[in-house]
Amino acid sequence: MTISFSINGERRTVRIEAHESLLDVLRREGFVGVKVGCHTGDCGACAVLFNGRAVNSCLVLAAKADGAEILTVEGLGTGDRLHPLQEAFLDEGGVQCGYCTPGMIISAYGLLSRNPNPTEEEIREAISGNLCRCTGYVKQIRAIQTAAERMRSGDE
Amino acid sequence: MSDRSRREYAVVGKNERKVDGVGLVTGRPKFVADLDLPETLHVKILGSPHAHARIVEVDAHEAEAMEGVACVLTYENTPSTRHTTAGQGFPEPSPYDTRMFDTKVRFVGDRVAAVAATSERIAEEAIAKLHVRYEELPAVLSIDDARRDGAPVVHDEEDATGIYDAKRNIVADVDIDVGDVEAGFLASDVVVETVCETQYAQHTPIETHVVLAYLDSDARLVLRTSTQVPFHVRRIVSYTLGLPLHRIRVIKPRVGGGFGTKQEVLLEDIAGLVALRTGRPALLSLTRAEEFIAARTRHPMRARVKLGAMSDGTLRAVEMEAISNTGAYGAHGLTVLANTGSKTLPLYNKAPDAHFFGQAVYTNLPVAGAYRGYGATQGYFPLETAMDELAERLAIDPIELRRRNHIRVGETSPIFQKLGEGREGVSQTIKSCELARCIEVGAERIGWSEKRGRRERRGPWVHGVGMSIMMQGSGIPEIDMAAATIKMNEDGSFNLLIGATDLGTGSDTILAQMAAEVLGVTLEKIVVTSSDTDTTPFDVGAYASSTTYVSGNAVVEAAAKVKEQILSVAGALLGVDPGVLDLGEGAVIAPNGEHVGLDRVCHRAMYESNQFQIGATASFVPTESPPPFLANFAEVAVDTETGLVKVVHYVAAVDCGVAVHPKLAEGQMEGSIVNGIGYALTEEMLLSSRGRVRNPSLFDYKIPGALDVPKIDIVLVDSYEPTGPLGAKSIGEIGINGPIPTIANAIYDAVGVRLKTTPFTSERVLAAIEAA
Repeated sequence: MTISFSINGERRTVRIEAHESLLDVLRREGFVGVKVGCHTGDCGACAVLFNGRAVNSCLVLAAKADGAEILTVEGLGTGDRLHPLQEAFLDEGGVQCGYCTPGMIISAYGLLSRNPNPTEEEIREAISGNLCRCTGYVKQIRAIQTAAERMRSGDE
Repeated sequence: MSDRSRREYAVVGKNERKVDGVGLVTGRPKFVADLDLPETLHVKILGSPHAHARIVEVDAHEAEAMEGVACVLTYENTPSTRHTTAGQGFPEPSPYDTRMFDTKVRFVGDRVAAVAATSERIAEEAIAKLHVRYEELPAVLSIDDARRDGAPVVHDEEDATGIYDAKRNIVADVDIDVGDVEAGFLASDVVVETVCETQYAQHTPIETHVVLAYLDSDARLVLRTSTQVPFHVRRIVSYTLGLPLHRIRVIKPRVGGGFGTKQEVLLEDIAGLVALRTGRPALLSLTRAEEFIAARTRHPMRARVKLGAMSDGTLRAVEMEAISNTGAYGAHGLTVLANTGSKTLPLYNKAPDAHFFGQAVYTNLPVAGAYRGYGATQGYFPLETAMDELAERLAIDPIELRRRNHIRVGETSPIFQKLGEGREGVSQTIKSCELARCIEVGAERIGWSEKRGRRERRGPWVHGVGMSIMMQGSGIPEIDMAAATIKMNEDGSFNLLIGATDLGTGSDTILAQMAAEVLGVTLEKIVVTSSDTDTTPFDVGAYASSTTYVSGNAVVEAAAKVKEQILSVAGALLGVDPGVLDLGEGAVIAPNGEHVGLDRVCHRAMYESNQFQIGATASFVPTESPPPFLANFAEVAVDTETGLVKVVHYVAAVDCGVAVHPKLAEGQMEGSIVNGIGYALTEEMLLSSRGRVRNPSLFDYKIPGALDVPKIDIVLVDSYEPTGPLGAKSIGEIGINGPIPTIANAIYDAVGVRLKTTPFTSERVLAAIEAA
């Protein structure tokens, strides 16, 4: 079947098979910032923003994405113009291996879109579905706080 | 005092952005599976359903006939060379007990066959069409099973080598003595003895093992693989497949976490052979379930510690016995066992008599391997538990007991020389040790004197504090080797070529910082290329806390050689003796203030006069392994109604010499401590009575998430290691050893029960409280 969706602000029409997950389709389409960690919805490495909500793309059937608006980490910023979350992850040491980073940043982006001034507990809650084995989360939480501060002061 | 030989650094000690960071936060294709090559085949492995069985027949006809199946590999059509999967220096101190595909399977999940097909789905379907006849054998399903008289023999093959006593399932045996430990116990005023058991646990990098194999335009085999040991992969695959080493190129792109499990050559032989047989790229990536079942684990151990002390608290005799379960294959069996003693006992060098002995045994259970901490984690549990028990018996504060007995600057331990990497060790004298300061700072930060022994109760929750101290090492002395090449470009930048293997640790960044420091340039002027066997010089890889210290020393030495060449060219340009010149801020500076830019220097060397490439290679082989030191403190709350243990606050004060990049150093500590907390409280591979992993998913095997992490304070205590690169020591592993004994000691402070089996689940803690 054929589906069409908006990804990172651009429309795309792709052929898929009925059984395929959104994760597999996005990676095949070149969005390799969406990572595979378990394929069972337990690790969050494949998180994308789906109609404004962070979801594990491995648990979404690609067919469900017809008409959807999707944001992946590739759509947040590029090497020349990073999103404040990407900047903050670099500045605070929130990146070690970087494999969980795209999903983590997407979850944080989802949070900050709803709640620009989250408490530490709300940040922990928002990324509780994103497993990281390198950082112990300390610097990732700090990075999200820093990004939130910078985004709020940038808005003023 | 620790500043005595330290100068002010311009780049080292600064929290620079990681050199590979921008690509990682923008999702650029940096990992193995991100490369999409046309015509790629997908490879799947058939794992054994039995813990122990002979393969009578693999009938692959139906699978081979399927459309889309490119090849099927079994014991019948693959090389039968016995080798080890352990990516260690050569000759590996691990037995050659493994074949690509054997006629016997030794654990549930052991390789039976592999299929390569045009899609993952077809490969999976073909796997289901392989018809295998097994002859089941009685299995060895515990350490005690393995050691029983008449136990089934896990490795009865005749061509295995390097096994200590295959007929008795003993992979390795270690026994070293210092003085006379029995006499020491007799002379002691107080003796305590404790036995602790640790569980099967896994690394769980978020990226599982994955390799992409393909042939380049000259038909050489390229292995783009998620590994900690690219050069060992090249050597071991060459040996296993019988392919000349020069026909193989190993490239390590970004790696999504390793923690030891990727010190193992697990998949490269299969993917490589598929590429060679079919001429097509072959991608082999483990699913999460396959990773749990068939990748590597930490060695489960039963370890006993006996301490003898005089009534004033001076240790008199220390004995440790460790029995280690290496699972179905012996990778790292000997060396993890040896490290259980060698990385722990030198810490308490005041005891004149010491004894370490133990065995590693085969079982028909998941295969253990290297895992951050590498035996020290298992050894510190009983050692630091026994120290707490001893303190109580002597009525001395646990901190004070450790203060009286830990190793200090200028001191040594005979264990350094007696016990090495599966052979004799290398003697060394400690040249940097701020452990006393670590203990002091940590105790203050946790509030030791206010909280210890208070047993503060809030509803069903009772609070307690505990502590432990430890050391690790910085590489393997007289075995490890790392090399670095630096060459200069005409804009005053440099290429840094290193075999060193960045797993996300940040080693590309900190090694570049060291080069930038010596060459007097900013970090952006160092272009790093790492971990490619064709283009970078040799390095053993990322294990044994080696990279900062061993690879770092190679980088500093190469940079010093390049600096000398630059000064010599600049001397000719300026008409002065190079000896009076120095580097800084991208220029060569003369004492009179005259200076010449590095771009100008390189232009002269490349294009103008006495032309040559400014550049150098340096190799470093350590003659010692300076330990980082760590003092851990934890406050826990124990729910006396349910047995649930929560860590409220964790403080780790660490001496890693100069922290080249403080935030990355803290990150190493935070990550390893949280991994250690998971290991202490929740992580356990559950095995069925037939040896099958019952919880092969991240849902059922609980690693800590962001909500599970307590308040963590890392204190990098100021220190300087004179033999280290710009004063640094390694910090990659030590943190993971802390949580188990620290939390166990804190639980005792809270509720008066000693937990001696990990993980400390609610069930175990509640049972212990009820039994008390």
